[in-house]
Amino acid sequence: MSISTTSQTTSNVNTQSQRLTAAISAMILGACLVYFAGFSHIDAVHNAAHDTRHSSAFPCH
Amino acid sequence: MFKRIAQTAGFTGLLAALLLTLLQSFWVAPLILQAETYEKAPTVQTHEHAEGAMAAHVHNDEAWEPEDGWQRVLSTTGGNLVVAVGFALILAALYTLRTPSNIRQGALWGLAGFAVFVLAPTLGLPPELPGTAAADLTQRQIWWVGTAASTAAGLALIVFAHNWLLKVLGAAILVVPHVLGAPQPDVHSALAPEALEAQFKIASLLTNAAFWVAMGLISAWLFQRYEPRSAQPGLNPAL
Repeated sequence: MSISTTSQTTSNVNTQSQRLTAAISAMILGACLVYFAGFSHIDAVHNAAHDTRHSSAFPCH
Repeated sequence: MFKRIAQTAGFTGLLAALLLTLLQSFWVAPLILQAETYEKAPTVQTHEHAEGAMAAHVHNDEAWEPEDGWQRVLSTTGGNLVVAVGFALILAALYTLRTPSNIRQGALWGLAGFAVFVLAPTLGLPPELPGTAAADLTQRQIWWVGTAASTAAGLALIVFAHNWLLKVLGAAILVVPHVLGAPQPDVHSALAPEALEAQFKIASLLTNAAFWVAMGLISAWLFQRYEPRSAQPGLNPAL
């Protein structure tokens, strides 16, 4: 009984930490994508996403 | 876990980007093109800018630029797609921590995204047409990111904290960037007429509101659909 409870708790902690890891990495990846298209200072990227930036009210020029 | 986030974000981003592109093409982009005609007019180009105000629209001639027409629409669609998938990844990541129990809650998440990424930053830095003088780009970008971050943290505390002191702290965090103030140019000037600028602000805000509500609804719906079949009791060796 106690073994089962312990192992269940461990697995809950595992899923919890896995969930947190997945969430944080997805958020970082998402922020990088938004940064790349909306905030990057590379001229060609700026020109390509120019209308996206103006329309989304990101600081552009 | 990550697969569910990626699937939700990928399809949500795709659908929301299509909606955004559609609204932009018919409403927002024509206003941008109209503003650029003022910018490209030779008599206006000699207009002197005050010290500190950015030259309104500086393009590096050597860098690639899409030609007006299908190239421009296509590259804007690409830009929308990258931004939409990026935002959808952030939404889906939050769902793994606090799963919406129904699609209506998705709309609330979408509205929160609108408040964080559009409403709060535009209070200090309104949507601008090409040809509008503005403060240094990097400073504005830093203020934008700071405002989005503090709005997100403030809203999270107001909505999820149980202690009222924390809720008050959330409200305070929400207000800080606006008390500090957004970086402004020394002299405000715009090449496009005011009426066009006003029309653009409304178009941009409403388009973004529609985009974010769609993002919230679609992502909550898809996140529910991609729920793993069993809640794993059979896989647990202890049982």
